[in-house]
Amino acid sequence: MSEATEAYPAAAADPAKAERGQRSLWGDVWRQFRRHRGGMAGAILFLAIVLAVFVGPSLHDVDSQALNVREKNQGVSLLHPMGTDNLGRDMLARILAGGRISLAVGVTAMLLSLFVGSVVGVLAGFVRWLEGPLLRLTDLFLALPLLPLLLVTIMLFRDTLRAMLGPETGIFLLIVFVIGITSWMQTARVVRGAVLSVKEQDFVLAARAIGTRERRIVTRHILPNVLSPIMVSATLGIATAIITESALSFLGLGFPSDFPTWGRLLYDGVNYVQINPSRVIWPGLAISLTVLSINYVGDALRDALDPRLRGR
Amino acid sequence: MGTEVLLPREGQPAAVAPPLVEVEGLTMHFPVYKGLLRRRVGAVRSVDGLTFEIRRGETLALVGESGCGKSTAGRTILRLYRPTAGRIRFAGRDIATLEGESLRTLRPKMQMIFQDPQASLNPRMTAGAIVAEPLVEHCSFTPAQRRERVRALLDAVGLNPDFASRYPHEFSGGQRQRIGIARALALDPDFVVCDEPIAALDVSIQAQVVNLLMDLQAKLGLTYLFISHDLSMVRHIASRVAVMYLGKMVELAGVRELFESPKHPYTQALLSAVPAPDPKIEASRQRIILKGEIPSPLSPPSGCRFRTRCPQAVDLCARVEPERRVLPGGRSVACHFAQ
Repeated sequence: MSEATEAYPAAAADPAKAERGQRSLWGDVWRQFRRHRGGMAGAILFLAIVLAVFVGPSLHDVDSQALNVREKNQGVSLLHPMGTDNLGRDMLARILAGGRISLAVGVTAMLLSLFVGSVVGVLAGFVRWLEGPLLRLTDLFLALPLLPLLLVTIMLFRDTLRAMLGPETGIFLLIVFVIGITSWMQTARVVRGAVLSVKEQDFVLAARAIGTRERRIVTRHILPNVLSPIMVSATLGIATAIITESALSFLGLGFPSDFPTWGRLLYDGVNYVQINPSRVIWPGLAISLTVLSINYVGDALRDALDPRLRGR
Repeated sequence: MGTEVLLPREGQPAAVAPPLVEVEGLTMHFPVYKGLLRRRVGAVRSVDGLTFEIRRGETLALVGESGCGKSTAGRTILRLYRPTAGRIRFAGRDIATLEGESLRTLRPKMQMIFQDPQASLNPRMTAGAIVAEPLVEHCSFTPAQRRERVRALLDAVGLNPDFASRYPHEFSGGQRQRIGIARALALDPDFVVCDEPIAALDVSIQAQVVNLLMDLQAKLGLTYLFISHDLSMVRHIASRVAVMYLGKMVELAGVRELFESPKHPYTQALLSAVPAPDPKIEASRQRIILKGEIPSPLSPPSGCRFRTRCPQAVDLCARVEPERRVLPGGRSVACHFAQ
């Protein structure tokens, strides 16, 4: 120690600087994230949406299922800030209630598909003998006609799961699973490509020369360097999941028909777009803003996680 | 702890020291597959039957032109590749066929310094984390001990220990190479393969890094396999020189003998390309310009591999492959005509 301080008097003179050795990765990431304007705006917007969806119903205390045919298809008013639908149900209450499900489905299904896609992609790129089988599996999933597959899966398992876990949890798990399991292929392909290029780099060879175990090579050297494509597919995945869920609801195979989700509200509104365009605009706006904010957050996060871009 | 972590070891004079690494008939072929059925159509014969030994405490330089198999040889000796044939004895133990955990436990004793300091450092890890990685893998240090050791290592390679929290892109090329050296030294190795450690650096930095390597060798009793194509640098650092051509070793001699009287025609051509610092000598320097290009290692020429470009080649060279013969003075050369 004494030698070091003699050789570098600046370090000895400034103990605060020596402490920089302990500066944490996540501290750096957060510092850089805050400097990304779009990312901060996206994060605030997304948090606002989440907050509105979970706290909002207790402030706007209107039952989203209550019918009032006399007040059907109303425009914006104090009582109904977003108007009412053709059965006189309050749109704001329905958007708030639907957002809970849509967000939950979107985020969970994205996480699932991201996990499956990353695992398949990393294994296919890193483990040579698994490459062929895993790529064929990916092709197989890509070639499957998705909608019939979804229909059959839901038909087969809906009632069993409902009986086991109750109508809402059962259908929620089923939908998340079905969407996640049918949307991981793009992620897997992109991640495999990135892994193939990263694993040929010298620092992976250096890790081998050190005697780092293969598992650690993957988690320490490969994964952090393929983060960018993973982040991109994550942000796009949420949007796809929300939209797929609405397609399922539209076909009557998602949540029960009186149960609002953003996709469902959007599709229900399509028939009334001439009489009452706000029925399409509000849920559409909710989906778009959510997807947009998550895209910006993903963008900022990707930049913040890359030390080469940090501090610029 | 503290500075005492880099303990100097007893260095023996290279001439009498026992061999640390013995390589016998080392062969590394990379198979080539072609066609729809991925049939094996041949092999790139990168390294073909290398035999030599590296004595404890010496620096053996491995020279040759690009693509002659120098780097492959170095990596195979470190068992980053599995050799096609041959034996590698490290400290008396055959490691050519070791696998898995038994190979892993041997890694601390043999390390590598890479050519491209940019590519050999993970851009997402701090310098401290990079140097600490071998410690994490092989030692049961507490985080505080590890930090202390990393600081000592950075200090030993001439970097400010406070730079541990910086990322590789924040360093210059020479500093990055120092990080690579610190990582290689972290586990107190006996043997270090330096794979063209200065080729990617500025000339002004090259000397610094080479001198650092020599200082560390003197202090820690390291044994180097120094892969390079920079002959002046080799003359400066090496105790013996091995010359490779197309996967074969053509000449092995002490550094002084080799530079004063090269025996193999390829070595002669190689040495004639070294510019002399004195302009008078430089003006009268006779260059031997080799004809043609290095043949493909997929289908090397019959007999002597150098015959297609050799100014002295005769019929015999195409028919009989010259064995490496030991000449007086302990040097050896693989040529029918070398005296």
